Amino acid sequence: MKLFREALIIFGIYLLGELLSSLLHLPIPGNILGMVILFILLCTNIVKVDNISNVTSFLLDHLSFFFIPAGVGLMTSLGIIKSTWWQLLVVCISTTIIVMGVTGIIVQTISRKTKDKNI
Amino acid sequence: MKVNYLEIVTNNILFGVVLSLAAFETGIFINRKTRIPILNPLLIAIAIVICFLFALNIDFDTYNKGGQVINMFLGPATVVLAVPLYKQLDLLKKNAKAILTGIFVGSLIGICSIIGISYLVGLDASIIKSLVPKSVTTPIGISISSQLGGLVPITVLAIIVTGIIGAVFGPTICKLFKIKDKVAVGVAIGTASHAVGTSKALQLGEVEGAMSSLSIGIAGIMTVIIAPVVYNGSIFIYHMIK
Repeated sequence: MKLFREALIIFGIYLLGELLSSLLHLPIPGNILGMVILFILLCTNIVKVDNISNVTSFLLDHLSFFFIPAGVGLMTSLGIIKSTWWQLLVVCISTTIIVMGVTGIIVQTISRKTKDKNI
Repeated sequence: MKVNYLEIVTNNILFGVVLSLAAFETGIFINRKTRIPILNPLLIAIAIVICFLFALNIDFDTYNKGGQVINMFLGPATVVLAVPLYKQLDLLKKNAKAILTGIFVGSLIGICSIIGISYLVGLDASIIKSLVPKSVTTPIGISISSQLGGLVPITVLAIIVTGIIGAVFGPTICKLFKIKDKVAVGVAIGTASHAVGTSKALQLGEVEGAMSSLSIGIAGIMTVIIAPVVYNGSIFIYHMIK
């Protein structure tokens, strides 16, 4: 029974997100609206983590399994990979370094400043 | 009449599901035995399924009948990403200004550099669109890519590769930029390389791990909003210059 109730809460919120996204013509995908809705419901204590814990860990513990079909779709675009693999790799490596560097430096600088003020 | 046994098997919806489950189990097994980060379970599973389908001459659409059953869980999986975010709420509140500014600027400059570097190395528009969400977690990245009109499989590949780069080189990159603050290291790894990078951050320490997992959801939501604006803006600027 508990699993069905958990699934009902999660799928219900997901459906609500999808409906809001399409009815209001929002540029934000329904699954992400669903995530925001669930976050608000958790913060306001309307939904408790324990109410959805089993289905949540089912979905999150091996999250990557659910991406297999999307990844297998690569077989329909193998030609693109063959002709652009080094460009893709250059973009992936360089931008990962950039995002990590910029984010880290900003967080470190701001948190040091706030700490200085507190002292 | 000759009975085509292979077709009877592959036409069943369960074929794609069972093949994916078996491939993933094998991927986890190989990853655990070797402990080599590049041998990511998902990457192995995708490779196994593709090789299997090519070997038996089965097309993607046949496999994808079962694939769509698995795809159905992507939506709810994104929704429950709110749970780890909620669990780290106190940590976020303590350092809200630094974390939110860092993730916002990091994601923004990240998207700009993805578009810029992709253009410089000569990638075309459909691939650039696919690469824009490469730093965020896969379910969110898939949504952003399909909304921009990108090629979702390319996005998935770029996201996995980015995750592996972040997990393998994350600590080195942080040292290179003299990022020593534990909160900053965690947020940097989580923002740049989502859940795969977070697995490495968890090994570095509790604070780093919590900060990294917190950043996955925040970077995802921010990128959903930033990505279309920056991408369309870049096209506008490109046409202005031309």
